[in-house]
Amino acid sequence: MILNRRQILLLLPAAAVAWDFVLADNPEGSPNYKMSDHWWGMLVDITKCIGCGSCVRACAMENDVPEGYFRTWIERYHVSDWHIENPQVDSPKGGMDGFPPGKTENGKNFFVPKMCNQCVDSPCSQVCPVGATFHTPDGVVLVDYDYCLGCRYCIQACPYGCRFFHPKKHTADKCTLCYHRITKGLTTACCEACPTGARQLADLKNPNDPIHAFLKTHTVQVLKPHLATGSKLFYNSLDGSVR
Amino acid sequence: MEGFMYPNEVELQWSILIVLYPFLTGLVAGAFILASLERVFRVEEVKPTYRLALLTALAFLIVAPLPLQLHLGHPERSLEMYLTPHRSSAMAMFGFVYLWYLMVVLVVEIWLDYRRDIVRLAESSRGVKGLFYRILALGSYNVSPAALRIDDRVGWIITLIGIPSAFLLHGYVGFIFGSVKANPWWSTPLMPVVFLFSAMVSGIALVLLVYMLTCAMRHVAIDMRCLDTIAKYLFYTFVIDFALEMLDLIHRIYEADESFRSLDFMVHTRLFYSQILIQIFLGTLAPLALLSLTQLITFSVAARRRIYAISAALTLVGIFAMRWNVVIGGQLFSKSFLGYTSYKVEFITREGLLSAVALMILPFAILYVLIKILPPWQEKHPVVAEAQGDD
Amino acid sequence: MGEFKDIAHLIRLAGVFLIGLILFLVFRSVTIPKSFGRYGPFRGAALVELSSRPLAFAGHEACENCHPDVAELKAKGVHKSINCESCHGPLAKHADDPGNIKPVLPDVAQLCIRCHSENIAKPAGFPQVNVKEHFAGQACNTCHKPHSPGFDAGGKK
Repeated sequence: MILNRRQILLLLPAAAVAWDFVLADNPEGSPNYKMSDHWWGMLVDITKCIGCGSCVRACAMENDVPEGYFRTWIERYHVSDWHIENPQVDSPKGGMDGFPPGKTENGKNFFVPKMCNQCVDSPCSQVCPVGATFHTPDGVVLVDYDYCLGCRYCIQACPYGCRFFHPKKHTADKCTLCYHRITKGLTTACCEACPTGARQLADLKNPNDPIHAFLKTHTVQVLKPHLATGSKLFYNSLDGSVR
Repeated sequence: MEGFMYPNEVELQWSILIVLYPFLTGLVAGAFILASLERVFRVEEVKPTYRLALLTALAFLIVAPLPLQLHLGHPERSLEMYLTPHRSSAMAMFGFVYLWYLMVVLVVEIWLDYRRDIVRLAESSRGVKGLFYRILALGSYNVSPAALRIDDRVGWIITLIGIPSAFLLHGYVGFIFGSVKANPWWSTPLMPVVFLFSAMVSGIALVLLVYMLTCAMRHVAIDMRCLDTIAKYLFYTFVIDFALEMLDLIHRIYEADESFRSLDFMVHTRLFYSQILIQIFLGTLAPLALLSLTQLITFSVAARRRIYAISAALTLVGIFAMRWNVVIGGQLFSKSFLGYTSYKVEFITREGLLSAVALMILPFAILYVLIKILPPWQEKHPVVAEAQGDD
Repeated sequence: MGEFKDIAHLIRLAGVFLIGLILFLVFRSVTIPKSFGRYGPFRGAALVELSSRPLAFAGHEACENCHPDVAELKAKGVHKSINCESCHGPLAKHADDPGNIKPVLPDVAQLCIRCHSENIAKPAGFPQVNVKEHFAGQACNTCHKPHSPGFDAGGKK
């Protein structure tokens, strides 16, 4: 079909809009990745976590996390008998170097890895005054370091304590679910480093992802469900004492 | 650090500057409400403070964004709040409330009220000063009775709109805290209301003190009828404010939800001086007692002046302490309810004590300049002589 | 409202505000980042920036491509589900340039202890030892091969 000049002039802007629409789903850094195919979450299995701290170290190395600040960390709980409202919790250096020996008297002890819950209805993005923290179409909550004012409202609004103020960038910062890795088909640094499979990246939109079967057959919780944040960080066997 | 805190919580995010900010905006709202008492509710007695209250509000509103700018990680990006405001964010929407209040309410109202004086000064001054006033007059010199009547009418409407705007201005600041569900010390529907009433209390106290101070500096007698009325409104507003804070407290103690034990411990330890001693005893109960005495017993003029001044000063300290207890207190406990941290105010840094003190003094300097440019007083006084003398 | 001359100053005031508003809108259209709003209420270009960070960890598939022998050995033992970089650290640079960038072997003693020293909070079935009592002073790989650490029932590897 040979187009005359007039037809080309009419078609070009339409084509530009269409091309923009096509491109819109692919952040250009990852050509084979389509955002609308994914909805990211994470599964943490408390029964498998050994508190080795590999995840904390791996995250720090992968993401240049400044010392003293944590995109992920591990808490150790000691729950004495029936006192589930008063657990004893510690997290020496976020669990980065493992944990010293703990109490042995009557009670139960376990590790709880924590990180950004990648909430669907995140209070952090709700309060950001400029749209510097936001949801990607594939369900990851990110911070735009070139746009953030550093007002720290998001850090106040996060119920899970997973955000911090980056001392060099002077912006808010937090776990990015290793967005630069998952958009290339890799798993997150913390999941890669975890020796026991306690942490598993989950693609909730993928019908073949093992999380769907897991959710059907295990007792799974999220943190602070009463705040209705839409957390996508699912815990297997999370004890009632966990804050 | 005591107990357990999430690792990222140990360091406080909002410093003394963020305590200062609601304090300053509160003074603005309170001063304006006092001014509106005369204009809208026709409380004639407080007319001597009308213009002074407006200028005070303006001086403090100009300074109000400065603590925020000093606090931001990237203050050079702060315009983004106006360019791409995120509509769900109270902070973003507040930027527009602030702008509305500054430009439409305060500046226009002051302009309308002062127009006759501006035109007079434009016509009688020479050189740079004359140019300044001519610009301020927007090149329009009509001060005929008809024009002035229209000014008065429009000014009345602006003041009327200004009252809910002032409520919005400081209520919004309360909402910025009150809407954070992650923080049980902040999250309550009462927060905007408590902030608003404490703002009114602090603003009225401020104008009372500024009025007394300017009278002393001008060697002019204080209009006691005016002062008594201001003190009366201070008392009434304070009673409401106190009732609201008591309601919040009693409600918390009674319901004793999961955060209560942690918050209770925090108040009795970390916040003992700032909340129990300074905010409650020194800053609320003492001025309330003093002011209620003046309502029940007749004191001499000199005694009343002293009582009012002491009460107003204590009130201001108390309201500042209240802001401190809300902002800093809300960050001293862990959201796990298992631990506490502490806040060390630095001295020289960008967000330190020195900056805070400077920012508290600055509005008074600006007020001084505003009084020189737009004298609130009608009668002849040294300022007029100076204006003619030092061109 | 009265004669025009009596409200002229108000008209001028309104004019000042209108000019201010127009200037603001012009300024806004010039300074807003072009990609803002493309995917949502945020700067779309940020997605590109955030997904283009360099990798520190290569991922176990990259290791297994070049070291299938070790992968096979590991797959037979109890460490089969541990990824290579969990112990060997981030090796994306090595994977990109294996000839020039050599990985530094981890200190075995430190490494093994972090997972296997006994701790009350570790899951009950997890192999833990009291490090002092369990052959103190000797490196763990004196007896255990990290890629395949188990012993059979006869005490043989």
